Amino acid sequence: MAPPADTNAGFKFDNVKRNQLLSDKGYNLPRATKTGTTIVGIIYKDGVILGADTRATNGPIVSDKNCRKIHYLAPNMYCCGAGTAADTDSTTNMISSQLALHSLNTGREARVVTAMTMLKQYLFRYQGHVGAALVLGGYDTSGPHLFTIHPHGSTSELPFTTMGSGSLAAMSVFESRWRSGLSRDEGVELVKDAIEAGIFNDLGSGSNVDVCVITRGNVEYLRGYSTPNERVPKEQSYRFARGTTEFIVPRTAPSNDESSAMDVSA
Amino acid sequence: MSIMQFNGSAIVAMVGKDCVAIAADKRLGQRALTVSTDFQKVFPITERTYIGLAGLATDVKTLHDRFRMRVNLYKHREERTIEPKTFAHLVSHMLYERRFGPYFVEPVIAGLDKNNRPFVCNMDLIGCINYTDDFVVAGTADNNLFGMCESLWEPDLGPEELFETISQSLLNAVDRDAMSGWGAVVHIITPDGIIERELKGRMD
Repeated sequence: MAPPADTNAGFKFDNVKRNQLLSDKGYNLPRATKTGTTIVGIIYKDGVILGADTRATNGPIVSDKNCRKIHYLAPNMYCCGAGTAADTDSTTNMISSQLALHSLNTGREARVVTAMTMLKQYLFRYQGHVGAALVLGGYDTSGPHLFTIHPHGSTSELPFTTMGSGSLAAMSVFESRWRSGLSRDEGVELVKDAIEAGIFNDLGSGSNVDVCVITRGNVEYLRGYSTPNERVPKEQSYRFARGTTEFIVPRTAPSNDESSAMDVSA
Repeated sequence: MSIMQFNGSAIVAMVGKDCVAIAADKRLGQRALTVSTDFQKVFPITERTYIGLAGLATDVKTLHDRFRMRVNLYKHREERTIEPKTFAHLVSHMLYERRFGPYFVEPVIAGLDKNNRPFVCNMDLIGCINYTDDFVVAGTADNNLFGMCESLWEPDLGPEELFETISQSLLNAVDRDAMSGWGAVVHIITPDGIIERELKGRMD
């Protein structure tokens, strides 16, 4: 089925020339929010487990301390995103809507390979400029699947995988402890430890651990499964007394009601 | 220097108890030269949703016009006013549409939804939404504002307490930023209406 023709669809490039001019004049183009992330996925006995940290950064500044990096794709599929935050958000959102239409059209639950193919073809089309590095996990008629998708569109199917700036820390945990046939609790614990390795050893990752367990016909989204960085309550309050700040109430425009209208009766 | 620093700005929004506040400075500059001390950066979108736009002033004005058009179209098509969260997604889509040639703005959105629940979020220049239940900041004084808000903000502040907290956060943040300041305006959005106040700030 061909999608409806919409001339407004797709990216707009009308600011590109202006922005290039500004860039040539020496005004640096600003940085977008990155998720300098740790994201992981494993296959276990009954399905797939995905894990992610919850830090979003803007250069050295933590711009979001508790963001969501495990994105919904379909009822049987979730997808972790690393890289440019806006790209991972919108790419997964767009593919999710296409998958919904796809399963409505076919009358079946979408397969994980279908989602993987849609994502890789989209990312390849943009030649890596859409900076989304993804870990896709799901359970369909052919069983559990776990894919990694790189920003340029290459993919791989693996029994355990990590991505993002904390991928080395997390992979060291998997390489030493992953085995086939892990139980649910062992799997969740392993994923938690891998993400925590990223949180504590990678500066781009931090805050909490989100976990998502996908089995046949069931999803358990454990938001804030582990919170190893809780803020202690403040010991003192910096509440200001009323009237501390000097202010004026701004002048409002003269009203146009009857009483102030010009007399034009004569 | 980044183009985001060309005009200078400082915007902050905070969540209170059944209310939200959004505040911004009033300076418009061209690098270190101050051109205006009465430049509007916070705009009403509905009766209880406001947006603050930090960044390049030409894009602030362009986007405000475009948002106004889209919100009016929404109102005519849907026969209801837009909710803050819906508006945030509208803004996000309009920014992400220009992923490869962006507008140089960082929006801050504050409002109360139809159940009077506070809504506050901000975005980067390509529309990545950051929802929060405490505060968001944007502009050239964003690091200063982060520091002020992290120490001054606390949960469940009433409208008047929230006014003092957001005002002091903003004033003290812009005093350590050369590119923003020159007075400020604060909007407190409550179920009973908007409280708008202009702050006296240092003029240097």
